[in-house]
Amino acid sequence: MNFFRDTLLIFMRQMRLSLRNPAWVVIGLIQPVLYLAFFGPLLKRVAGSGLPGFSGGNSYKFFVPGLLVQLGLFGAAFVGFAIIADLRAGVIERMRVTPVSRLALMLGRVLRDVVVLVVQAAVLVLAGVAAGLRAPLPGILISFGFVAVLAASLASISYTAGLLLKSEDALAPMLNMVMVPLMLLSGIMLPMALAPAWLNGVSRATPFRYIIDAMRDAFQGHYTTTVMLEGVLVAAALTAVCLFFGARAFQRENA
Amino acid sequence: MPIIEARGLSRTFKTRGGTVEAVRGVDLTVEPGEIVGFLGPNGAGKTTTLRMLTTLLKPTAGTATVTGVDLLGDPSAVRAKIGYVSQAGGADPASKVEEELVLQAQLYRIPTPEARKSAATLMEQLELTGLEQRASKTLSGGQRRRLDVALGLVHAPSLVFLDEPSTGLDPQSRSNLWDHIRRIRDGLGTTIFLTTHYLDEADALCDRILVIDHGVIVAEGTPEELKRRISGDVVTIGVGGATEKAAELFAGHLGVRDVGAVDHTIRLTVEHGDEALVGLMRVLDGAGVPIESIQLARPTLDDVFLTLTGRSLREDS
Repeated sequence: MNFFRDTLLIFMRQMRLSLRNPAWVVIGLIQPVLYLAFFGPLLKRVAGSGLPGFSGGNSYKFFVPGLLVQLGLFGAAFVGFAIIADLRAGVIERMRVTPVSRLALMLGRVLRDVVVLVVQAAVLVLAGVAAGLRAPLPGILISFGFVAVLAASLASISYTAGLLLKSEDALAPMLNMVMVPLMLLSGIMLPMALAPAWLNGVSRATPFRYIIDAMRDAFQGHYTTTVMLEGVLVAAALTAVCLFFGARAFQRENA
Repeated sequence: MPIIEARGLSRTFKTRGGTVEAVRGVDLTVEPGEIVGFLGPNGAGKTTTLRMLTTLLKPTAGTATVTGVDLLGDPSAVRAKIGYVSQAGGADPASKVEEELVLQAQLYRIPTPEARKSAATLMEQLELTGLEQRASKTLSGGQRRRLDVALGLVHAPSLVFLDEPSTGLDPQSRSNLWDHIRRIRDGLGTTIFLTTHYLDEADALCDRILVIDHGVIVAEGTPEELKRRISGDVVTIGVGGATEKAAELFAGHLGVRDVGAVDHTIRLTVEHGDEALVGLMRVLDGAGVPIESIQLARPTLDDVFLTLTGRSLREDS
């Protein structure tokens, strides 16, 4: 029971801090909304031209899932900066010396990041609907599930990197080095179906490719496809691995 | 029963340059209710020792019991019983004073109503009343430091560790903080173990001092004992032209360790200078040597440190 109370306490504290400064939640949405407004219209005619990967019809069913992943890659993946500030202020040390579960120190934070990202995703989908997105509600809700596990994975791994590197100067280039190729290889802007075989192969080695494809299926209303199953399995595995490393980082020096 | 008992506590770090022995076999004993100062220059091993005693760092060798609990055997039981205030502080800049204190108490598994009560009591004790809803980044240096100390006390621990508590504070805030620390000990009987590289802090605040240098404890005692044992008191007496005669009189005099004549004054190193002073004056008086002036200087802890380690603390700080 203590573990749940600890997690809840940390979650509530982090939520309070986020709500005190809601500007960041809004700022995080600016980039994907700009993409939606200024890049989305270009896709309309591309999608209508019968190219593979668009499944025809509504181009926003293709584009909005990509933007949801991008939101995670540039939102949740950067929470590691906050943990470095906490380290510097002695907040982590102060909490580590209490009997609080160290896993709760991470999970409370990760839960906050999940909530923030799902709220941002909801706003982004609403903006998408305003732009012309027409997708079934169950499909949208399934995609929020993917957004949640994506947030949990990226936040945990970002906290791990922050705790290990302990320096913003090291974390920023590292995140860019990892996130930019992952983003390009996941097919956020254009379908990987357009890619030459080698690029498609490389893309298949990265996790977000599967998650995006599954989310696109969900937006099409296809819930029982192989792609969906692959997406769910990859998302679950990714979350497990990231949470494992995050937990280890928070429990280090558990003398 | 001692509240801290450490034997052979050691910690080595592996770095690219090789192995660094930060702490090399520290033995220490702290009794309940003491204010003990861990004095040493930066890099002497103070913080490393403190982090081991507070379960934040695993010792590479040695044993310790803290608050009666085996440090290595049951670290979480140790954590529940001690308070720790790190050098960095610990208050989140964006969080409010009261919510930080309540949360910290809750993290010590104290039920929320009691956590609120404990926070309110501490805010009163540490003069933070009226600042409940202020973000900690808006506090003054002294207020901020008192909040940090309060965060270490929310669960009324019998032992609290303070790492460099007054670093960066102005003189007034420092002596105010010392008053608070003393009051906490006097009022609650809390044992306080602090590290410092300020001699005046160790001197003014601590009942007992452990001097650490290069990872080992090189001396320990009350500030008085240390000063006396190591340097003795210096008595300077102006005797006009009679320096030679006075020097003869004092050579071999009980308690006089060293005699020197400079110009028209005679400089004696004596034990218990305050008590010896009257006797010294009588000797001169009896021999008809005129006394023009007299001065008693107690050695400072800086002298002590210089004698013990061959280095001045100030050079390092």
